[in-house]
Amino acid sequence: MRTPLLTSALFLSLAACGPSGAAEATGDGLTGKLTLTGSSTVAPVALEIGKRFEGLHPGVRIDVQTGGSSRGIADARSGLADIGMASRACKPSESDLDAHTIAQDGVGLIVHSDNPVESLTDDQVRSIYLGGITNWNEVGGPDAPITVVNKAAGRATLEVFLKYFGLDEKAIEADVVVGDNEQGVKTVAGNPHSVGYVSIGTAEYGAGNGVPIKLLPTDGVEATTENVGEGTFPIGRPLNFVTFGEVDPLAQAFIDYCRSSEVHDLVTDLYFVPVRNAE
Amino acid sequence: MPRQRADRILVWSLRATSALAGLLVLMILGFLVFESLDGVRRVGAPRFLSDPGWHPNQGDGSSEFSLLPMIVATLTTTLGAILLAGPIGILAAVYCRFYASERVSKLFRRLIELLAGIPSVVYGFWGLVTLVPLIREIAPPGASLAAGVLVLFLMIVPTVALLAFAALKDVPKQHLEGAAALSLSRWSTLRQVVFPSAASGLGIALLLGTMRALGETMAVLMVCGNIARVPESLFDPVRTLTANIALELGYATADHRSVLFVSGLALMIMVVGLVVVQDRLQRRASLG
Amino acid sequence: MVERDLSAATLGMDPGAGPGGLGGGAGGGARGSVPWVDVVFGAAVRGSALLLAAGFFWLVGDIVVSGWEAVDWSFLTTAPERSGRAGGISTILVSTLAILGIALAVSVPLGLGTALFLSEFADGDSRLGRLVRASLDVLAGVPSIVFGLFGNAFFCVVLGFGFSILSGGLTLACMILPILIRSIELSLRAVPRDYRLAGSALDISRTRMILSVLLPAASPGLVAGLLLGIGRATAETAALIFTSGYVDRMPESVFDSGRSLSIHIYDLSMNVPGGEANAYGAALVLVALLLVINFVATTLVERFAAKGVRQG
Repeated sequence: MRTPLLTSALFLSLAACGPSGAAEATGDGLTGKLTLTGSSTVAPVALEIGKRFEGLHPGVRIDVQTGGSSRGIADARSGLADIGMASRACKPSESDLDAHTIAQDGVGLIVHSDNPVESLTDDQVRSIYLGGITNWNEVGGPDAPITVVNKAAGRATLEVFLKYFGLDEKAIEADVVVGDNEQGVKTVAGNPHSVGYVSIGTAEYGAGNGVPIKLLPTDGVEATTENVGEGTFPIGRPLNFVTFGEVDPLAQAFIDYCRSSEVHDLVTDLYFVPVRNAE
Repeated sequence: MPRQRADRILVWSLRATSALAGLLVLMILGFLVFESLDGVRRVGAPRFLSDPGWHPNQGDGSSEFSLLPMIVATLTTTLGAILLAGPIGILAAVYCRFYASERVSKLFRRLIELLAGIPSVVYGFWGLVTLVPLIREIAPPGASLAAGVLVLFLMIVPTVALLAFAALKDVPKQHLEGAAALSLSRWSTLRQVVFPSAASGLGIALLLGTMRALGETMAVLMVCGNIARVPESLFDPVRTLTANIALELGYATADHRSVLFVSGLALMIMVVGLVVVQDRLQRRASLG
Repeated sequence: MVERDLSAATLGMDPGAGPGGLGGGAGGGARGSVPWVDVVFGAAVRGSALLLAAGFFWLVGDIVVSGWEAVDWSFLTTAPERSGRAGGISTILVSTLAILGIALAVSVPLGLGTALFLSEFADGDSRLGRLVRASLDVLAGVPSIVFGLFGNAFFCVVLGFGFSILSGGLTLACMILPILIRSIELSLRAVPRDYRLAGSALDISRTRMILSVLLPAASPGLVAGLLLGIGRATAETAALIFTSGYVDRMPESVFDSGRSLSIHIYDLSMNVPGGEANAYGAALVLVALLLVINFVATTLVERFAAKGVRQG
């Protein structure tokens, strides 16, 4: 199951966060229990991959818990978890940890599908979120006030959004603040005059299954998981497994498995973009 | 005598179980204090009320920590909810006890008991998908104080109704027979006999309903809009203290986390204050 | 000796029923108030009941209609697949019942004990009594997420139970104790003094008195507290995320982590895209489960109360 390509890909991806602790897994005969805690975005993927891994290694148990990215990182540091799950890249203060990316996720703007507006320029988005533009008719839509949907502080989608558009969190004038992606989707779907931003995969699924939302392109690039996979879509965030210090063989084997092509179907089943080895 | 010893064992074991309950409160309060100490020390208690807004996560030192909008939101959503659930819950209990036939009463109580067990996420989901768009028709954006009050009302009315029903059922039948002997009308019986007799039970029903509303997290998070600003109308979005914690805790840095626990502490101070007031009122009522 | 259920007819409140026909206020000759007040009040009472019934049907009706298709025998007996969007909820049901079982097994004895103490041995104005009551009321206002975080710190970490059904059950027990204790106590205090005086006169022990006389008489409060406690336990989500956890495997012991129905519904409706259909199905199963549990609980308590009467 391990190939030289995979190992070198692993080393390449560890460049971001500091010294690596990659130990070698010694083939089958793996036993033991792994505990993962952290992001509820990453949890479903980790759980499903874990089940498949357990099927291949009957002596292994993979327990996945949620609680948020920060908990995942804190637990990885303190040893309460073998692997922490984070739905964002490491911060500078987290350089003592190692991040292993297991999937990519794009962040796209969504509006209600009844909204005639087909795209918004970066400047228009900035202005809407800062409260400069307050009515849809200023950007080619109907005469109605814009309901601005923002994400809660600390969320990766928020931070990535702020960073791309160069916005300051304090300056944003929002009408609704949401927590999870699905809450964002449902809020926009229930309000024909709203605009928000969510995980592209989630929005794609919704739009393709009768939820009345549509994704808007950013900077001319269509917001699709395909484009995220190709690297052409500008706004995105990694889904990471985070470890601290020396990684034991079982954990390493599991991390490798999660990044392998054998679980690409599980990653795409949850509307994320699998990591390509070449990245 | 063995019987006396049995009784003594009983008293002591009962004392122990009660002590456990009190201990629990102390532990939880202690936990909150411990977790928020760092935040209070760093920011300074007055700022939690005097800062211009809630922006706890600014990297450049321009963070603001006012809990005032959230405190107002918690108070208004809870007040609205209990103003609705109190009368309606008690009246529904009166219906079950004194107006409906045995079969209808039982059925109705089954309905209420089921409402009590529905997960907060289902209430929140239903609120988000059904109630908020309805409110939006009246005043955008829909996710608002009004939505929170309505969802909380639905969530706490089973508590009020079921406890009120128990309180009404506890009224000794001699009192009711006395009223019947005096030929009192239904309304008079209720006003002059039943309600005074059941007063402390009804009070507990209202108190526990209020407590439930204060502590509700998930449902309000989904329907209130979560904007940390003091509301100016019923249709403005609000963020309660509980939603504040739940929304940001999972993604907060260590410093931010400590400050979030201060929201929890603020809520507990409110709760303790409420309980103290209620205790005083109760004492005055029982003495006077 | 224990109060029997007073139907409206016994009071002569049902128009046309019972001798003497005191009737509702609408009939003439009712003393003490103007007839129209009775009518208005009656309308308010019936209106409130109707409002609640309407709310119930709206909400639960929504669940039934949307969840009906997802539920069948295999839904109840298969484990979740594809993050719960396929397969069923068998493992979830087992975990949920285990968590509930532990919560009740711990809170009912503790609750009964404390309620008895408060009503029999610490009277209205005693310092200790007021302190315990105040503590319970405060506990009733603690937010569910704080309970979850506390439960995690205390049961999972300090006591070392880790993410487990045991931690979840114990945390839930803490949450439902206040309402259980307060409602049992409410009923105990409402038991007329004559019962207690009669007991003393007959020189029966306190223990006997409690078991055969007081507890049966307190059954309305016990039932209310129990059902509200069960309801709170099944409805709770935030507290269980941090204590009994997210794992959806079939638990092998109470020390295993297990996902509750409420968390499963949350994950499917708000976290996993495409999980809505099964979320509704799970919600429907939860409602049905509640019906069964509540029925069993009420029957047990009422049978116990009746037995107490026959012996006493």
